[in-house]
Amino acid sequence: MTSLSAKDKDTVKAFWANVAGKEEQIGCDAVSRMLTVYPQTKTYFSHWKDLRPGSAPVKKHGATVMTAVTDAVSKIDDLTGGLLSLSELHAFTLRVDPANFKVLAHNLLVVLATVFPNDFTPEVHVAMDKFLAAVARALSEKYR
Amino acid sequence: MVVWTDFERTAIQDIFSKIDYAVVGQAAFSRCLIVYPWTQRYFGGFGNLYNAAAITSNPRVASHGKVIMEALEKAVKDMNNIKATYAELSALHSEKLQVDPDNFMLLGHCLTIVVASQLSKAFTPEVHAAFQKFLAVVVSSLRKQYY
Repeated sequence: MTSLSAKDKDTVKAFWANVAGKEEQIGCDAVSRMLTVYPQTKTYFSHWKDLRPGSAPVKKHGATVMTAVTDAVSKIDDLTGGLLSLSELHAFTLRVDPANFKVLAHNLLVVLATVFPNDFTPEVHVAMDKFLAAVARALSEKYR
Repeated sequence: MVVWTDFERTAIQDIFSKIDYAVVGQAAFSRCLIVYPWTQRYFGGFGNLYNAAAITSNPRVASHGKVIMEALEKAVKDMNNIKATYAELSALHSEKLQVDPDNFMLLGHCLTIVVASQLSKAFTPEVHAAFQKFLAVVVSSLRKQYY
């Protein structure tokens, strides 16, 4: 997979500015969809009391994920370095199969399409898809 | 045989009754060619696919998008027999078109995103799950005749 071009980075940063203020809503919806549409992902959350869409733990986790993605946008020039500790967390503690990063990414894109139907153009879509794939790669760095 | 709940059947039929095949087909297929550019390898005869603007305004892309939606409608009209419905199309994609079947879900993802942007709040997680299941069955049926 290719790395992010200058145009990709600009597109991502410009589009992500729209997200400000909507992080909770978007994050909650993305995680809710991931758990509902791809039930295998629920296996990572057996410690939650309530896995239903919009539940308290889902909402909280959605916010956590969105804070991390927003942080990644700010570190877009060095994702591997910037996401080092998150990679260690996912590799050694959480041990999420990296194939699932794609799943969450896809659900996030679906939510962005519903929230920003006019701004989420094909050009923005490809830049965001590349960005989330790069984030996934950075998170997978420490796995082995 | 695939078992569909009443909710799933209704959800899928509802989606297809609400969307404009020409609009959604063009949007989903052009998105696929833009977001996953390697899929362009199968459309050498389509003319100018040089950049997103060219793809979006390409008339052959638009008409093929509609063809895809009409083909999907066949499955919606006979949800108990999707495998049989696509037997011929599967052989076509395998033997004549020689499409890598991993590409099918890439188009599926783009279609999901376009449907989501059209239906907005109505595309709830539960409806989304039903749609994803439908796409998985379609893709699986299209893969059947590959050997």
